[in-house]
Amino acid sequence: MRHPGRWVAGAVVLLLVTIAVHSVATNPRFGWGTFGDFFFDHRILHGVVVTIELTVISMAIGIVLGVLLAVMRLSPNPLVAASSWTYVWLFRGTPVLVQILFWSFISALYPRISFGVPFGGPELLHGSANAVITPFVAAILALGLNEGAYMAEIVRAGIISVDEGQTEAAHALGMTRLKTMRRIVLPQAMRVIIPPTGNETISMLKTTSLVSVIAYSELLYSAQLIYSVNYRQISLLLVASAWYLIMTTVLSIAQYYIERRFSRGASRNLPDTPLQRLRRTVFSFRHASVDVSGASGAGR
Amino acid sequence: MNDAMVRAEEVRKSFGRLEVLKGISLEVRPSEVLCLLGPSGSGKSTFLRCINHLEAIDGGRLSVDGDLVGYRQSGDKLYELRDSEVARKRAEIGMVFQRFNLFPHMTALENVAEAPVCVGGQHRNAARTAARELLGMVGLADKENAYPAQLSGGQQQRVAIARALAMKPKLMLFDEPTSALDPELVGEVLDVMRRLAQEGMTMIVVSHEIGFAREVADTAVFMDGGVVVESGPPAELFGAPRHERTRAFLSKVL
Repeated sequence: MRHPGRWVAGAVVLLLVTIAVHSVATNPRFGWGTFGDFFFDHRILHGVVVTIELTVISMAIGIVLGVLLAVMRLSPNPLVAASSWTYVWLFRGTPVLVQILFWSFISALYPRISFGVPFGGPELLHGSANAVITPFVAAILALGLNEGAYMAEIVRAGIISVDEGQTEAAHALGMTRLKTMRRIVLPQAMRVIIPPTGNETISMLKTTSLVSVIAYSELLYSAQLIYSVNYRQISLLLVASAWYLIMTTVLSIAQYYIERRFSRGASRNLPDTPLQRLRRTVFSFRHASVDVSGASGAGR
Repeated sequence: MNDAMVRAEEVRKSFGRLEVLKGISLEVRPSEVLCLLGPSGSGKSTFLRCINHLEAIDGGRLSVDGDLVGYRQSGDKLYELRDSEVARKRAEIGMVFQRFNLFPHMTALENVAEAPVCVGGQHRNAARTAARELLGMVGLADKENAYPAQLSGGQQQRVAIARALAMKPKLMLFDEPTSALDPELVGEVLDVMRRLAQEGMTMIVVSHEIGFAREVADTAVFMDGGVVVESGPPAELFGAPRHERTRAFLSKVL
């Protein structure tokens, strides 16, 4: 045997997996029947849709805000740079759960919200805070504004990673600072920005479950509503977990292809995708078997 | 004499406490080719970068084609130009860098066509046609779809020259254009520059290529320690240098 260590390790892993699978399959308290009953329940599916909605909107807010804050942070104007720094300090320095609760209780702080000229000028729009800041708005604000702080740091790292010669070349061609940022620096910064943004999106998908504390029916809260009636906590938490896993898996695959797209120009040749690799392996295997039969045929 | 393309009077520049340019005065006439030589740290690259305001000068006066670089004069006072005004001025000056600085996320053609579209406001198709012509001129007609990483150093530098020419500059600045190249690739870049000089382009070239300077330059300037030590026609400067420092430098590079 060439690698006895590998065989031992393999056997140990196999044994542990068997024990786990046996336990999961035979312990009736997992309630796999209930799991199946509720997996496609319309309340759960609605929760899935709401979770996706929250993730997409919050990430969109976070990314736009992050780019803005990062560009501000790198501004030559010290006041602009300092305000960006303060924002990140505040929103990254407090727990997102606290921020969610804060936004949902905002009416205690500002019972009336209005848009118009400040300090007693005319108002254009106004309404009671409870009507304007619904649980949905509170959730979006909390998640989006918090994400903006993290995205700002990610985008800033991306911008800094681009060689200074790129900015100089763009300036020498007559591009303004903003045009240089948009056309030359940000597209190159993407390569550094995208992998952590993928992680942030996956993390956001799961963080949306915190919104259950303000009784907004995303996936977790939908599951909680159901088990508060039928007391099948474990089965319903498993349903929610399975859906979270499915969604994060889809996101991971999407992330892989987006990263690939943005690495153009960075290396001479793009590596194969897993699908291409599989296809080639199968193809070359078929080729090899044809060759072998041809060779043995000639031998006879 | 107001017909100079570039006119520097007592130009000074410091980085923190280190004074890099200690009063540079020189003039470049239209269609003149001027070669700047000197040991590293002599300030020649810094001076070149001042000409298109990549570095702001701290003292003296510097003008291109009659206009002050980076500033506007009103009465006795100088006001720094806004970003968009600086950018507009820079568009009239082409620059070629030692490390090429091509945009790696764009093909050769896109690199050349980028500024005419995004700065010059040209139509995309017109810019691409012009870019193709320029790539043909530098001998890279067949490389328009290649990304910079797929090109050799010499090819990259030729694309970079085409990119600078795409804005139809009235002045070209070359910052050690062949220093990062393998020896056998230097010739192809110098050939393009030689042709450009013959066509009447005004050029300032920071370079150690004495052969090129001797053949193409109208004026050679030797800088050391942030000052111009001596200048004159290349035949004189290289053939009979008057200063000891020039002689010492030339004996090392010739």
